[in-house]
Amino acid sequence: MVDQEDHPEDYGKIEGGPSGDRQPLLRIQNVTKAFDEFVAVDNVELDIYEGELFCLLGGSGCGKTTLLRMLAGFETPTSGKILIDGKDMSGVPPYERPTNMMFQNYALFPHMNVAKNIAFGLEQDGLPRSEIKERTNDILRLVELQGYENRRPQQLSGGQRQRVALARALVKEPKILLLDEPLGALDKKLREQTQFELMNIQDKVGVTFVVVTHDQEEAMILSTRISVMDRGRLVQTGSPTEIYEFPKSRMVANFIGSANIFEGSVIGELEHGFKIETIIGEFTLKNTPITIRNKAIFIGIRPEKIFLSKEPDLAPGSNNAEGTIYDIGYLGNTSRYKIRLEQDLIIDVTAPNQTRPQNKTHEFMWDDKVYINWEPSSAMVFYE
Amino acid sequence: MTSKAAQDKNRLPHPLKALNFLSGMQSRWKTFVIATPFAWLLIFFLAPFFIVAKISLAELTISSPPFSDMIEWVDGTIISVRLVFDNFIYIFDDPLYARTYVNSLKIAFISTLLALLIGYPIAYGIVRSGPVAKQLLLFAIILPFWTSFLLRVYAWMGLLADQGTVNNLLISLGLIETPIRMLYTEFAVYVGIVYTYLPFMILPLYANMEKLDGTLNEAAADLGSGPINTFFKITLPLTMPGVIAGALLVFIPATGEYVIPDLLGGGNVQMIGRQLYNEFARNIDWPVASAVAIVLLLLLVLPMAIYQHYQGKAAERS
Repeated sequence: MVDQEDHPEDYGKIEGGPSGDRQPLLRIQNVTKAFDEFVAVDNVELDIYEGELFCLLGGSGCGKTTLLRMLAGFETPTSGKILIDGKDMSGVPPYERPTNMMFQNYALFPHMNVAKNIAFGLEQDGLPRSEIKERTNDILRLVELQGYENRRPQQLSGGQRQRVALARALVKEPKILLLDEPLGALDKKLREQTQFELMNIQDKVGVTFVVVTHDQEEAMILSTRISVMDRGRLVQTGSPTEIYEFPKSRMVANFIGSANIFEGSVIGELEHGFKIETIIGEFTLKNTPITIRNKAIFIGIRPEKIFLSKEPDLAPGSNNAEGTIYDIGYLGNTSRYKIRLEQDLIIDVTAPNQTRPQNKTHEFMWDDKVYINWEPSSAMVFYE
Repeated sequence: MTSKAAQDKNRLPHPLKALNFLSGMQSRWKTFVIATPFAWLLIFFLAPFFIVAKISLAELTISSPPFSDMIEWVDGTIISVRLVFDNFIYIFDDPLYARTYVNSLKIAFISTLLALLIGYPIAYGIVRSGPVAKQLLLFAIILPFWTSFLLRVYAWMGLLADQGTVNNLLISLGLIETPIRMLYTEFAVYVGIVYTYLPFMILPLYANMEKLDGTLNEAAADLGSGPINTFFKITLPLTMPGVIAGALLVFIPATGEYVIPDLLGGGNVQMIGRQLYNEFARNIDWPVASAVAIVLLLLLVLPMAIYQHYQGKAAERS
């Protein structure tokens, strides 16, 4: 974990975060969940505010689903407290919580048609028939499934089932909607389309969403804020931009996107930055505070923030390195280059293909001698 | 089928013709595999059924076998077919049979219900238990089959007798002073039937519940449904195929049960199996015995047809 005091919280903070005076809708206080010896969720502390679309992001087994299941009431925390709207949820069974969940496999009732699946939750509340019908119809319109009332789940496509599951969870107007890998079962095209639909729906109903996902792209697109989880702990919480541009650790930097990382040390202070020495040479670093001294640090540069050119950038204070192109991955819209530096280090560079190559040959080819350079403010600093 | 195979043969290019006998063998093999169960049913089920049906339409004679022929040659020129419905009329006229049938169905029905009430939680418990416990419990369910059925019924006689284990235990504990009469009562028959057929209830229920998606219960709870409501709205409807399969596997053999009412019920419990045995072995009235068997069969085919109907519906759904 990053020492909080070493990292001023406000640094690099961008819009989307909680505003100061609001009361959090969901408070997770020192929640730990252990299964025998295995600690699935380790002392998690998190506040989520009303109207947020919050993502818990992490690899499989990182504890994100366990945390979500504790919010829904399917698992009991070993220690710690969960408060929703100021009310302690300890001992409150799932059927009495102001949350609804959209399950990863959707968990639609196979013996009920679409309308009955959606109405099930409202019937439990003992609402009058006319209101149940009205609300069912409204929600069907919202997810654009009118005319499918009498279909059974088995007769629907994956995307339609996903929308029924969403409708069934939303129709009860929960304070918090919990979504477990909501788009995980859809194919790529449908997933991209559904991401925006999900955002629009959240915008319309205004319900707070807590989404669990392992897909960083999905988390980036959907959320107002993201928490990255690793081995049961929250490693970093922030807006997508914060998480991507100002990751606090190498783990976060590598989990969200990729980064070229070298060890380095501070060798001098400049007016708005530092002079850093690394294995590939001396660089200037701007707009990133370094609070730990006399200790090895890590410098990270994202592949898309490195420029490739055939000539060195001779401007004073610019960061240059020299190498040859070792491998090229052509993706169409972008190309990924692997540059072998003199120090026998491989650097990843991503460059957009913004012009159509002449004579079907690209500007940079295998074994070309190239220079890489990046803005002094593009480099990230990690202490761990 | 053969003509189609022949057509395929002609369409094949010449060098591949050598391989053709393989596909021919395959299709013959397929036919054989499908034909085997049909042949089995024909020889061991349908043929005996028609023989019994034929005997039920014959007349009792003092001969060996003790019934009249259905087809006779009169003067060597005319074929005479005689269908005697007297046996059925006799069965429907004598209230004893009606009562015995109703009693059999009643005992089978109540036994099935008891087996369901006992078996359902057991099956549910097995499904919910850990992998090792699950294997052990399933083994325990099948364990009684290692002992002869007859022996197990005799064991119950020893347990339920006036001077039996249960009564002795109760007396020694001071709970009762005189033995409770259990053996040769309907109670003993229920105990015997439920005990014997319980595995046939549990196993199909288990097989059905094993497939049940546990997240459905969570989804129901999440939508505000308490455990009892979830059971009746989600679990029970989804395990209905298992309930029906188990119920039929208990109900059908229980209706025609002979050994249990004979040994545990004595003369006090009238069930159709005993009646059938009496007609056949004691009265040596094969035609009436056959008619009793046919009527029983019809009574049992009815629930089977209902079951098939449900199965068809379920298949349609999925």
